[in-house]
Amino acid sequence: MTSPAVPDTAPSQLSAGPRPAPGPAADEGLARRLRALACTAPLHDLDARKANLAGEYSVYAMAEVALSAIDLVTLNMDFDTGADHEQIVARLLPRVAAQAPHRPAAEHERVARWVLENLINVGSVDRGFRAVYGTFDPDGTYVRRDYDFKLIEEVPGYGGGVYLRTTDEAVNVLVGALDTDVTSAQIAAEVKLEVLISRGRLADAQLAAEQARYRTVQYSETLRKALDATRRNVRAVDWLRAVPDMIAEALDHVADRYRHENAILTNIRKARDESEDPEQKRRAAELVDIVKDCIRRHTQLQSRLLEAGPLFRAEQDRQAFATPAARAGLDLYGQLLAPLLPLPAERATRVTDAYFTHGTGLRTPVSVRVGDLVDILLTPPMEREHLGAEMPEPDLVATPDDSRFSEEQLAAAMELLALPPDAPRRLSGLLADARRQDPELPYLVALLAVHAASPPVGTAYRQGEERLLFAVDDGTELDDPEFGGADLVVGTALLDAAGMAADRTEAA
Amino acid sequence: MTDHPAEHTAWGEPDAAPAPAAPAAVTPADAADAARLVAFGLQPKLQPARDQEYGELLRRYREDPPFARLADAVATGLGLVVLEVSPRAGMAVTAAEDSVFAVRMGDYARRAAADSTDRFLHGLAHLAVATMAFPRPEDLADDGYIGRVTVNGVDAFVRQACRRLEERAEEAGENTDPATDAPGLEAAWRVWARRSSTGATKDARRLAGSTTGIVGKAVAFLTDSGFLQRTGDDSGGTYRTTARYQLQVRDMAGSAAMAELLELGVVPVTDGSATLLPPDETDDLELVADAGLPFHS
Repeated sequence: MTSPAVPDTAPSQLSAGPRPAPGPAADEGLARRLRALACTAPLHDLDARKANLAGEYSVYAMAEVALSAIDLVTLNMDFDTGADHEQIVARLLPRVAAQAPHRPAAEHERVARWVLENLINVGSVDRGFRAVYGTFDPDGTYVRRDYDFKLIEEVPGYGGGVYLRTTDEAVNVLVGALDTDVTSAQIAAEVKLEVLISRGRLADAQLAAEQARYRTVQYSETLRKALDATRRNVRAVDWLRAVPDMIAEALDHVADRYRHENAILTNIRKARDESEDPEQKRRAAELVDIVKDCIRRHTQLQSRLLEAGPLFRAEQDRQAFATPAARAGLDLYGQLLAPLLPLPAERATRVTDAYFTHGTGLRTPVSVRVGDLVDILLTPPMEREHLGAEMPEPDLVATPDDSRFSEEQLAAAMELLALPPDAPRRLSGLLADARRQDPELPYLVALLAVHAASPPVGTAYRQGEERLLFAVDDGTELDDPEFGGADLVVGTALLDAAGMAADRTEAA
Repeated sequence: MTDHPAEHTAWGEPDAAPAPAAPAAVTPADAADAARLVAFGLQPKLQPARDQEYGELLRRYREDPPFARLADAVATGLGLVVLEVSPRAGMAVTAAEDSVFAVRMGDYARRAAADSTDRFLHGLAHLAVATMAFPRPEDLADDGYIGRVTVNGVDAFVRQACRRLEERAEEAGENTDPATDAPGLEAAWRVWARRSSTGATKDARRLAGSTTGIVGKAVAFLTDSGFLQRTGDDSGGTYRTTARYQLQVRDMAGSAAMAELLELGVVPVTDGSATLLPPDETDDLELVADAGLPFHS
């Protein structure tokens, strides 16, 4: 991004003799580099300004904390929202604490917050930074220009929350040269990753995996914006060719990456389990986490992609298939907003002012009588009730117990069905036993046995149950005065709860 | 609060009553009824279907032309413009320029009076809300159309348009950074793009100076004007439009802003078909960082 000026324009400028202005073409590269340089200025500025803070803060390397904050926000940016402010502060704390271990924890937190707030630049109304640089105009005059940029910006999230996202400028400061083709960069990173893992060079592999994750984040970010635009207006988007192509491409990408990353995951797991070296083991474990995170992000991306089609059809129904209006209206976007935005702010303000004056409706002016004013001023302020209105005591009516079976009957039936795992019984025998205890009980036992005919094994397993009642039909007819059907074999199966718990920790 | 409009029309009544006295005999009772109808119109959130007297007066306006002229005269005398009188919109009146009922930017937002940037942002927010509410010309023309807007949606929409302009400037190799000593010459889209979209505050309220804060203020104000109705809290607040808002945008605000734009020498040429179309060049769809989908112009 800091590429030098186009070479073939430079010599002609040089041959022009002592002319002071090298012209706009050569100047453009310089301007770009100046802007790139400006992006790092807030980081240097932190170290320069730490002396002004009340207290002795020179031990802390602020630029380092700031870079790691940008890093954390980039990695924690989610598909929908962004990174949580508090979470970022909490994750910064170990690094800050390591810089000055003997200082109190409250001071560490203060430093972390100070750095984060300065990266957002909370004090300014735009919450951004401005750098001034100079360029030569086409006519050779020197112009000072303002370059406005942000490093971390605050975006609205669900439920009115505020989340943090890193801007492209910040990502450029962080990893550099990210304006390459996302897809090819991702493929390259992952091929590299696979090779590195197969050779057992885990330290390099971790670096590559982290880079791959940056790409993944960037990819989903791009798609999030694309889908947002789609949701806003169907006609803004070419749904005939371009978008279906893009969605298909993205789905292919997800499927491809998913397969790929699962393969990598298997490889690293092997490396982790077989390795003797604890350092190697630790790196492999970290890699497993990173790749799992990549897979999670891809799954999220895929579900978004699948929503796009139905959304388009619903919007199309609403917009395109309605009966056309008899008269043409004013096109607010095409005739007002779009021509307005490129105008200089000063002139655009005249238009928005005209719109505001005529578009806000009316307000009835408040007229005050002196008599009322005296009353209002002399009225004591209302006492606020902290607890709100008193809750009325709820009038509860006991509902009659209309259960078919009583608790005791259930307990008796469960006792009957608590069969030892190695001795299943026939339903006919159970029913006979039940009938001896209570004439109603066979109904409950039969009901429970039928329920056990296709037991939810998976659910019970996941919930960590140790035993499960099951019933199997082996073709024998049930010979019973009250019930018909199959004489089920009822038994208890033991589930491997301990093994399940172990599996669960593995999967998490 | 609600009795103020009644007071005003009570004062306005003597001025207007003698004017249309020519053909039929206008009784003071007729004048009082006409003024009462205008007073109803001054309460924009009041719905005709909810108030029997209001509905009765509307019916009389439509069936009794001398009475209609009388009510129009009352409204004009008070400095109001009658947009439509119908069962759906009620007595839709709005403030004429320089009327006591007109909203002034300085009263609307105190910062806007002093700061030209804020003044522009507040005005643009109102225009953007209308654009989102009526994205297609047909929507604005169709009386039955109900638009839906969200605060975050409006902000995102404007940002998208700004991003598109930024990309186009970049493609053309323009340097859009404004000269330091002439902030007024900065392109309008940059002003919006530069302002942060939200911000954390100490008391968990929306940061007033952020763009979502500015849009939030605009929709809250429009809700008070009876132009929008709040329907939910998602995406910073969701709203739907009322018949009055459509009338106001179509008959007053849109044309006034258009006239101003033409005066600046900008003549947007369209053939009345939708302008939110995909661009001709399809290479915009390459997944480049920060691209988004092509939005058009």
